[in-house]
Amino acid sequence: MKFIDIITSAIANSFRSKLRTGLTVVAIFIGAFTLTITSGIGTGVTSYINSQVSAIGAADVLTVSKADDAAAATDDGPAPYDPDKATAISLGNGSRPGSTIQALTTADLDTIRATDGILSVDPSVQVTPEYIEYADSGKFELTVNAAATLTTADLAAGEQLDNESTADEILLPTNYLDTLGFSTPETAIGETVTIGITDFAGTAQQVPATVVGVQNETILGAGAGLNQTLTDRLREVELSGTSVEAAQSYATATARFDLDATDAEITAIKDDLADQGYASQTVADQIGSFETVINVIIGVLNAFAVIALIAAGFGIINTLLMSVQERTREIGLMKAMGMNGGRVYALFSTEAVFIGFLGSALGALVAVGVGSLVSNILASTVFENLPGLQVVQFAPSSIAIIIGVVMLIAFLAGTLPARAAARQNPIDALRYE
Amino acid sequence: MTVPVLSARNIGKSYGSGANRFDALTGVSVDIHSGESVAIVGKSGSGKSTLMHLLALLDDPDTGELLVEGTDAKKLKGKEVNRLRNQDFGFVFQQFFLTANASVLDNVVLPLKIAGIGPKERKARGMAALEQLELADKARNKAINLSGGQKQRAVIARALVNNPKVIFADEPTGNLDTATGAVVEDILFALNKDQGITLIIVTHDSDLAARCDRQIYIRDGREDPTRSPEALAKPAGGHA
Ligand SMILES: Nc1ncnc2c1ncn2[C@@H]1O[C@H](COP(=O)(O)OP(=O)(O)OP(=O)(O)O)[C@@H](O)[C@H]1O
Ligand SMILES: [Mg+2]
Repeated sequence: MKFIDIITSAIANSFRSKLRTGLTVVAIFIGAFTLTITSGIGTGVTSYINSQVSAIGAADVLTVSKADDAAAATDDGPAPYDPDKATAISLGNGSRPGSTIQALTTADLDTIRATDGILSVDPSVQVTPEYIEYADSGKFELTVNAAATLTTADLAAGEQLDNESTADEILLPTNYLDTLGFSTPETAIGETVTIGITDFAGTAQQVPATVVGVQNETILGAGAGLNQTLTDRLREVELSGTSVEAAQSYATATARFDLDATDAEITAIKDDLADQGYASQTVADQIGSFETVINVIIGVLNAFAVIALIAAGFGIINTLLMSVQERTREIGLMKAMGMNGGRVYALFSTEAVFIGFLGSALGALVAVGVGSLVSNILASTVFENLPGLQVVQFAPSSIAIIIGVVMLIAFLAGTLPARAAARQNPIDALRYE
Repeated sequence: MTVPVLSARNIGKSYGSGANRFDALTGVSVDIHSGESVAIVGKSGSGKSTLMHLLALLDDPDTGELLVEGTDAKKLKGKEVNRLRNQDFGFVFQQFFLTANASVLDNVVLPLKIAGIGPKERKARGMAALEQLELADKARNKAINLSGGQKQRAVIARALVNNPKVIFADEPTGNLDTATGAVVEDILFALNKDQGITLIIVTHDSDLAARCDRQIYIRDGREDPTRSPEALAKPAGGHA
């Protein structure tokens, strides 16, 4: 029997008992549908995270802070006071309220700068302006994204911040536009906004800044971005009237290393810094833990889908066993007419694989349709504030893999009935009533 | 004397084991020569079908040996056995064994499909065989919708579609009325005369047996050379 004849016969055979084949296809459909949706969510979320990570961009940046004083933490009680050490400093957003770490001093910055592989170090300076104002729009609270100088923003219009520029530059998030009275992102570019900030003495002061770009909102730090020049100017205003020493301690610093550094080299730099008493993290380190959580959730969902498919596999075994029994005489006849066992096996395996293909292709197709629809609806409702997030996305390669895996499961499930068919003795089969 | 197409030497076959052991065939020797028409005659349950299945290599004898053109069947490879079944033998089984929902043509060309012949040639040869049995107009019908006689003719068309050397027919007229049975008989003997196809016909019908060149009488699984055709004039019992 020719290969093509085996395939056409197998397909025709699977349609002979439409109800039975149909029910098995439904079982496989459910498994394949679930698997496609979960893999779609995986693809969607991962690609969103990746775009966010590439927005953070700076792969050549380490966030450095003073490591916890190991001695202080354990049995020995507090470490003896050392007047040379900087005072503890409270961390900004994201840390436990009231928790402090040792601050970095200018001397620390010099030490970090001297570390092998570090190209430059900038202290992370946090400024807290009071408000932002454009023309007659009124005054609005201004949140500053401290990470903005490190990142490559996902721009809706304009350009990235330029830290080398002497101009005071600001990057506005899209949700500031309406409030400030800009109709489109493009109209904001080049305009001058006014930032209000209070100095140490409590006097309100105003600093003008030029809008260079408009940024899509991200999950990683909301708020406006300020370039280094503007940050320095605002900090100068904030600190005017304080003692000089107070300005010299920082919670964290940003160290740059060679962009081409290998993982091993980065690890070496981190170890080197750790030996000197500094904790350091790359952007990837910070994002990594987030991705792990998402991967675990997707893994659990996939496990459920695979369980559904295994159940469907038994459906295939059952369908084919019945089919083999029903066609006992036909198998006997074919063998009596010189069909070898291998071809009989191929015939029934092909039928199993075809049923698997039918279920998985339909499941994947419907999953893509439903997933895209739901994803679009969610994107314009629940996730409206996260532009660019399509929760369910489908990669053709992963759909092909799912269909392939289901067909493999179907083939394995078909092995048992196909073997039973192939082993039949023609005469016993023909005598079967 | 030429080498017989098929030659059975003292073959036996039993079913079951222990107390349930039943000897369906014991010590039967038969030579079938090319171009012959041979009838295997006997009562129901005497072992006729069993003997035919052994001769057709559909089953292996427990004792004795079977020679195919002088070669021991046991020494033939599976592939060679399949080739013999597919190309040299044609089968007409006691029941029709037609696939009910497939078309008559599809049923008839099954041996060609198994042989790996392309669809065009399959169709041409299938139609030729149906033409020969005056069934061409029913080619597209479902097999289930044929009358008994038409089914029997369809089965014969299937048996001869691959131009076999030997046709094995198990009760080819058993399910038919006398008139239709006579038509089918004529077709089979015409194949034997015109195309030189060897006929091995299993029957309990003495008239059909008498039309064959030679008769082999089977009784309780043994050859019964003493039995005459006259003694079988009144067949006993029906068929399973
Ligand atoms: N697979 C089997 N298991 C047990 N007994 C069997 C089997 N096949 C055949 N027999 C027995 O062997 C004997 C011979 O059977 P066989 O089919 O050869 O008879 P037959 O001569 O063709 O009869 P009929 O004319 O009714 O077709 C019968 O008694 C039958 O019951
Ligand atoms: Mg019989």
